[in-house]
Amino acid sequence: MKPVESFPREIEDLLSTHRRGFLRSAGLLAVSFSGWLTSAGAQNAAAPQPPGPYPTPDFRQVDSWIVIHENNTATFYVGKTDPGQGTGTGFRQLMSDELDIAFEKTTCIMGSTDNTVDQIGSGGSTAMERDSWPMRRVAAEARRVLLEMAAARLAVPLEQLTVRDAVISARADAAKRVTYGELIGGRKFSITLTGDSINSVTGRAKTKPVPELHYTGQSPQRDDIPAKVDGSLKWAVDVKLPGMVHARNVKPPFAGATLTAVDESSVNSLPGFVKVMRKGNYLAVVCEREEQAILAARRLKATWRKPATPPFPASAQLFDYMRTASSASGTPGAEAAPTVVGNPDAAFAGAAQTLEAEYEIPFQGHTAFSGAHAMADPSKGQMTIYSNDMKSYGMRRCVAAFLGMPPDRVRVVWMFGPQGYGRSAAEDAACEAAWIARELGRPVRVQWMRDEETAWDTKGPAFLVSLRGALDRDGRLSGYSYRALSCDANHLGYNEPDSVLIAQFMGVRKTRPAAGSAALPSDMYAIPNRSMEGRVVGLPMLWETPLRTGNLRDPNGPQATFAAESFIDEAAAAAKADPLEYRLHLLQSAGGDDDAFRRARSLAVLRAAAAAFGWTPRPSPLRSQAAGPILTGRGIAYSFRGRTIVAQIAEVEVNRTTGHVWAKRLVCAHDCGLVVNPEALRRAVECGTLHGLSRALHEEVQFNTEKVTSVDWISHPALRHADVPDRIDVVLVNGDPNPNRPDLPPYGAGEAALKPMLAAIGNAIYDATGVRIRRVPFRDDRVLAALKAAGV
Amino acid sequence: MSRIELKVNGRSHTLDVEPATPLLYVLRNDLGLQGPKFGCGLAQCGACKVIINGAAVTSCVLPVASVKGEITTLEGLASNGKLHPLQQAWIDEQVPQCGFCQNGQIMTAKALLDKTPHPTSAQIRQAMNDTLCRCMSYYRVQVAIKRASQRIAGPAPTAEEKEVQA
Repeated sequence: MKPVESFPREIEDLLSTHRRGFLRSAGLLAVSFSGWLTSAGAQNAAAPQPPGPYPTPDFRQVDSWIVIHENNTATFYVGKTDPGQGTGTGFRQLMSDELDIAFEKTTCIMGSTDNTVDQIGSGGSTAMERDSWPMRRVAAEARRVLLEMAAARLAVPLEQLTVRDAVISARADAAKRVTYGELIGGRKFSITLTGDSINSVTGRAKTKPVPELHYTGQSPQRDDIPAKVDGSLKWAVDVKLPGMVHARNVKPPFAGATLTAVDESSVNSLPGFVKVMRKGNYLAVVCEREEQAILAARRLKATWRKPATPPFPASAQLFDYMRTASSASGTPGAEAAPTVVGNPDAAFAGAAQTLEAEYEIPFQGHTAFSGAHAMADPSKGQMTIYSNDMKSYGMRRCVAAFLGMPPDRVRVVWMFGPQGYGRSAAEDAACEAAWIARELGRPVRVQWMRDEETAWDTKGPAFLVSLRGALDRDGRLSGYSYRALSCDANHLGYNEPDSVLIAQFMGVRKTRPAAGSAALPSDMYAIPNRSMEGRVVGLPMLWETPLRTGNLRDPNGPQATFAAESFIDEAAAAAKADPLEYRLHLLQSAGGDDDAFRRARSLAVLRAAAAAFGWTPRPSPLRSQAAGPILTGRGIAYSFRGRTIVAQIAEVEVNRTTGHVWAKRLVCAHDCGLVVNPEALRRAVECGTLHGLSRALHEEVQFNTEKVTSVDWISHPALRHADVPDRIDVVLVNGDPNPNRPDLPPYGAGEAALKPMLAAIGNAIYDATGVRIRRVPFRDDRVLAALKAAGV
Repeated sequence: MSRIELKVNGRSHTLDVEPATPLLYVLRNDLGLQGPKFGCGLAQCGACKVIINGAAVTSCVLPVASVKGEITTLEGLASNGKLHPLQQAWIDEQVPQCGFCQNGQIMTAKALLDKTPHPTSAQIRQAMNDTLCRCMSYYRVQVAIKRASQRIAGPAPTAEEKEVQA
C-alpha cells in the first residue's frame, strides 16, 4: 500500500472546484492551489499540514479567518458546513461587505477541522443568526487594520481615507492609493482579537449598520451550484486514496438481536475478500472493490439470537402503547413541569363550549438520499475522516474519544454530501470507517445501503398530543391545555462516542439515556389561560434499536405544530369563524413590548400570506362543492420559531373516490429578519415547504414487533414530482412593522419553513371535506377511510 | 474477471472487471466519474442515471457486460466547453439544495427533452416521477426544465400552430 504523503490531490481538487467560479472570474485559473496556500499569510490558517498533528486554528487570530492575497483577492475561512442552502455564499456577502472588497474577488473555505476555526459546523438554522456575527466582526477588524496601515503608507490621516473594492485612497487625491494586496498580500495580519468564546470574539471595529451593507440583500448566484450540475464537484463519496478498501455493514436482522456465530467461510473465498470485522454485535465485511463488499455482506452467514421480549410494539399499535406508557410508572423518560399562564381550570369551568382533540404523528426519518458514508485514512498514526456530517468538529472529538486518540491526531475534512438535516447517520458511518481503518491499517470507505439507511437512521420521535380548549360565548379561546407525549426516551446527541451506533453494538452504554423533549407549540397567541406540558415515554428497547431518535430537521417542530395549529383551526370552526381572522384576533391582544413586537410581526406575516393567496374570509368547511370526485379546500397555519415567523396556506384537491390529496397551490410567507440572499432564501423556503408537504402526505417509519419494515422508497414513500403543486409563492416579509426598529438582524431560516405545513394541509383537507384527520401522513388509504367513515 | 469494452462520453475504455458488476461502480471507481451517484442500489431513486441509446437508465443494477451502446454521463453533457442548456437552466434557476440527486434530475430531463422538446407540465411530472429528491427541489427542477426547453427548442408552438403542423 502506498502511504499518503500529503494533502490528497482529491481534496485539493475539491477546494479548488469549490471556488472555481471565483477563479474563473478573477482570471486566476493559472494560479495553482499550492501557490495559494503556501503564501505566507496562509501559513497559520490553511497551509496543507503534514500528516498530523492537527491543532485547532486559533479563533482569536484574524489570520485564522481571513487571508488577503497579493493579487488583491481574499479567502475567508469559516467553521461552518452547508447542507445545501448556500450559506457559504451568504457568508461571503456579509464578510465582503464588512471588509469592503468586491464579492467576486472572495472565496470561502468551510468546515474542515484543521484549517477553519471551530464554529461547530451547522445546525439549528443558526448560520446567519448566530455564526455570521464573529465573521462580520473579524472582517470589520481586518478593514480597520488595513486602513491604519494605509494611513501610515500614504501619509494621509485616517479620516481622510476612503475604501472601495479593496482599494484605499485619499478623498482629496485619488492618485494616493494602495490596495489591500499591496498592504498585506501574502503576509500575516498577526492581530489578536478579544473575546472568551468564538461567538463573542471581536476586534475594535464595529460592524456596519444594515443600510451600509451592499452585497447583503442582493442575490449573487450560489457558488456551490455550478460544480453540482456539471459533474465536477468532488463529494465526500468521491474521495479515493491509494490502498483503500470498501466496507459494508451487516446489520442484525432483528432489533436487539445478539450475534452468536459468524461463518467466515461463507465469504472468504469470494473475489476481493479482505476481512470480516466483528466486535460484540457489530459486524462488517471488507473487500477490495465496492461491488465485492456489497456481495460479501449479502452472502455472509451469521447467526443471531432474537431478544427474549419484543423490542417495540408494531407501528399500528404505537399510539395505543404510548397511551398506556404515559400512565405506567417507572417508564424511562422525562416529565417537565407544566407551563401555566392565568387560570386554565377556571377558564374551563366557565367555558361556554369546550373542545378536545388528540393528534398522532408517527416516527419520521431522515432517510438520507444516499446512505450514510465516510472515508477514514489511518496513515502515519493519524486519522483523517472525509465526511459530509454537518458537525465536523464534534466528529473529530467523537472519533478521537471512540478510538482513544488525542483529538489533534484526528482531522475531519468536511465535503458536500446528501442532505444533512440534523443528527443523521453520517457520524455513525464515520466511527465505523475509523474503527475498521485503524484495525486494518488501510483507508476504508463505509457506505450504508438503502435498507440500512431507511431502517437504522435516526428518527424524529412519534408524538401523541392531547389538546383541550375552552371557548367563551363569543367563541374565543379563553382556556387552552396542551399535553404532548413524545417517544423519545433515548435521544441521541451529536457525535457522542458512547451512543454512536457502532459503540452501542459493541456493548457501550451510557449510564443514563438522555431523554429528548416533547416540544410545546411555538406561537404568539394571546390566550389568557394556558397550560402546556410535555412528557417523554420510552419503547421497551432503548439500545441497539433502529427506532433510535435524534434531531431531525426542525426537531419536533412539525409534530407539535401539526397538533397545535390543527386545533386552532378546530376552535375557529367551532366558533364558525374564518380561520385566518380567528388567528389574527388571537394575535391582536396587547402584551409587553417585545411580545407586542412579535405579535405585530406575526400579524404582518399572516396578512402577507393571505394577500398572496387571495384569501377571502369565510368559516371552514367549504359548504358548496362542485359535483364529481374532486373536493377543493384551503388551509392556513402559522408558527413562531425562535424569532422567525412562517405562515403557510395550502389549496388542496381531495379525490373522494381514491382518497388522494394533491396540494395544488402553496403560499409561504416568511420573516427571518435581515435577508442576506433573497433568491437563495426563496429556494431554501420552497424546498423546506415541500419537505413539510412530504411529511404531511407520505412519510412514516413502519415496523412490526421485530424490525423496521420501511426499507426503501417503495415501503417508505416520500414526495415525488407528481405531487408538486402547480404554483408555490414564497413571500419574504423581511419587514419590521415598527418604523422605529428598521434594522432587524438575521434570524434563522431553513427549518422554520417545515413547521406549519402539516397542519396547513390537514386544515385544507378539513375545509374541502368537512372531515378532520388528526393523524399524519395523509396517505390515500387513510384519507379514503376517514371520508368513508364520515359519509363523504 | 473479463475484458469489457465501454464507450463513455466519446472515449473508449477497455476494462478487466466481473461482467456482472453494476455499471455504476465501474463508472465511479474504475473510470473516476462523479456525475452518477449511488442513491439506493435498487433502481428506485434515479441518482445513478446515465444516458444509453437516448434513454436515461439506472446504472446501479445494470450489469456492465450487458451495456450495448455509448454511455453519456453528466460530465459528458457539456460540449465545446459550454454547458448543456439544462445545466445552464439549473444554474440560472438555482435548482439544487444539497445537489446529490441532481445528476438523476438532469439526465432524466435530458432524455425527456430529446424526445419531447416542448413537454407539458403533466408530461414533465410523469417523465420525472421516478427521479427522487430528498431536499425537495422538485418545483424548481420543473421550472428549470421549462426554461431549458425554451432555450433549446424555442417557445412552445401554439395550439393553432400544432394544428397546422399536424
